[in-house]
Amino acid sequence: MFDSLKTEKFMIVAVAEESRGGAHARQWIEQAKAEYWCLIDEDHRVADLYGMVNVPQAVWIDQTGRIVRPPETAGSTDHFRLMDPATRTLAPEHQAARQAARSAYLDAVREWVLTGSHALPADAARDALPRITPEIALAQAHFRLGVWLRRHGNAGEGDAHLAEASRLHPDSWNIWRQAADLDEVGKASGEAFWQRVQALGEQPYYPPPSIHRHGRV
Amino acid sequence: MATVLTDTGEATVAATKNGLWLTADDAARATGWTLKPEGMCQADLCVPLPAHAARDGRIDVAAFWQLLGRPVVHDAANETWVLGAGADERNAALAGLIAPDFTLPDLAGVPHTLSALRGNKVFLSTWASW
Repeated sequence: MFDSLKTEKFMIVAVAEESRGGAHARQWIEQAKAEYWCLIDEDHRVADLYGMVNVPQAVWIDQTGRIVRPPETAGSTDHFRLMDPATRTLAPEHQAARQAARSAYLDAVREWVLTGSHALPADAARDALPRITPEIALAQAHFRLGVWLRRHGNAGEGDAHLAEASRLHPDSWNIWRQAADLDEVGKASGEAFWQRVQALGEQPYYPPPSIHRHGRV
Repeated sequence: MATVLTDTGEATVAATKNGLWLTADDAARATGWTLKPEGMCQADLCVPLPAHAARDGRIDVAAFWQLLGRPVVHDAANETWVLGAGADERNAALAGLIAPDFTLPDLAGVPHTLSALRGNKVFLSTWASW
């Protein structure tokens, strides 16, 4: 997408919410050979500032520095929940639907860059902002401390603060999954993760963005 | 010595074992708030410091921070403290619709600041290997 928009005054800022640091993000960043910004966010600062709860989420910012679309799921869908656990594959029709949703989202971004479409006016953008509660603010403080303690060799106490962060901000998949990954690489996609996803029931893991494009989302 | 983590980064301060009582200089370095006769001040805003929060040339920064309605957490040894952003603070910043600024490093460790991109539309996205 970025290549096709290179002549526009447009930049992608891809932030890795990666408390293990750049080494863990390196292979994907190098693979991408991106000409856009690829940044490492060990403290999940961006998620904290913008009220993000999952990856991938994106915010659209206009050329004056204003938020024109608050945090939204950036192209991913809940089709992964339909995966066959035995074969770990997705039926072709679900794969197609998933790909179509991703393409539609990226097309919407392109339309915004080229024509300004899909940018929300101020009132609508404000209404769509996430609401930070005192519990969420406290959760972010515990997360910051937990990550710091782990980074400095105190996993026991660090994990207690990460668990408290998750307890205070249960909607944050970033907090829960990062804590799981710090405990053990891969754990963020393991058994406990799938149980937590199942516990959502009808609630979406990836709420779809409300972008209207010629009748398609 | 103690470490204080805030929105602006990490500061090493000389702390006492009971709570986060800092000298005015350390408090200013760690929080960006300066002690004046009117109280603790940041830019044009001053917040009176209650009598119990100042003693023997030190300021109870934890009490001050909580007075601002902001979260304070610390480790068991009282050696590492987080003075967190308050919910009101975060909501007010977002409601103004100016994208909150930040500086983060790339893989080479070179820092990049979001606001340097003014004049461009920006697609700010997050991802993770986990």
